[in-house]
Amino acid sequence: MPHNRLQEVLQKHEDSLLKDWLALQAATAGRRPSAAEEQKSAAQSREFLATLRQATEQGAGGDIARPEWASAREFLNAVSAARAKSGSTPTQTAMFIFSLKEPLFQRLRQEIGDGPELSSELWNATTILDRLGLYTMESFSRTREEVISRQQQELLELSTPVVRLWDNVLALPLIGTLDSARTQIVMQNLLEAIVETRSDIAVIDITGVPTVDTLVAQHLLKTVAAARLMGADCIISGIRPQIAQTIIHLGVNLQDVITKATLADAFAIALQRTGYTISRRAAPAAR
Amino acid sequence: MERIPILKMGEFLLVTIQVDMHDQLALTLQDDLTEKIVKWHAHGVLIDISALEMVDSFIGRMLSNIANMARLLDAETVVVGMQPSVAITLVELGMPMKGIRTALDVEKGMGALQASLNASRNVGGDGSTDF
Repeated sequence: MPHNRLQEVLQKHEDSLLKDWLALQAATAGRRPSAAEEQKSAAQSREFLATLRQATEQGAGGDIARPEWASAREFLNAVSAARAKSGSTPTQTAMFIFSLKEPLFQRLRQEIGDGPELSSELWNATTILDRLGLYTMESFSRTREEVISRQQQELLELSTPVVRLWDNVLALPLIGTLDSARTQIVMQNLLEAIVETRSDIAVIDITGVPTVDTLVAQHLLKTVAAARLMGADCIISGIRPQIAQTIIHLGVNLQDVITKATLADAFAIALQRTGYTISRRAAPAAR
Repeated sequence: MERIPILKMGEFLLVTIQVDMHDQLALTLQDDLTEKIVKWHAHGVLIDISALEMVDSFIGRMLSNIANMARLLDAETVVVGMQPSVAITLVELGMPMKGIRTALDVEKGMGALQASLNASRNVGGDGSTDF
């Protein structure tokens, strides 16, 4: 039985192995963990050693895709997912597994003594731990990616409202960076709202757009052109001084589009176009 | 033979496109429309494409051609009722159709035509301008 030695060591030295391992984990963490954290990682470590022993008892080899490793994989999935969510770095997560190497190899050497058997045993152990470590990293980054894609989705959903300013006047306040996917949704929402409300004028407010590059400008022009094809005029408002400079430096042609510095100006011209005038009922009281 | 009906509404003509356009139909429409503009002394043409779910570059070019022909005969063309998806397609195809006037529906298109007609005859009196 090639794996008896590893299993033997795991069984015989469980407690001292755990103690050394925890000390190493604390050292690599770089800061003193709180009591709760310490307890949690002790519990995790103990459980991992137990599952590792179980797996070796069942004669599991270096191929961690085999069913003997199922419980270990499940456990590592849970641990790395929890760590990804709590904001651990990839190194910290990987070191959870890799820091087991030093104490484990020490014990193996102690048991076997220097000799040809040692190197083959070490090779076995290192293969298993490396693969488990890689597996941990994979599931760590998978969890991260899930978080990122969920946030992207949420961002898409919350940031494209079309609001009605007045009869036949719509406003589209844009917030955040415009990319192709978002612009597509923004364009669609705006055009559908135009049909629904029979609006003649749509104000696109870009106060909340941090930067305007050629691509963003291109998207804006496309939206304006599409709205025009349907019979609605677009006004672009909320152009900050910095952005006005950028647009000219980039050589983007916004000549055919009505642009205003503020949403208020845009609203005023929209009202004028739809035939409304704004007047004050009385002169403001002297202060 | 299949034809697209052209209705006379006062000084304007109303063309409602409800079937898939193909070459022959487009040519027939151009013939009929130019003939009727002259015959009825029309000053405006409304082309309603609200029933079209899909537009390709061919239809885009046909609409531009019709608008240019009508302009030669002193009639203004307004394309009305374009679907959002159609508008997006045309823009993505790089056909913003700069020369054509548009409106959301027939009613608004008619209003716009009437307004610009009044302005050009200078009998409007309500100060409406062409936009």
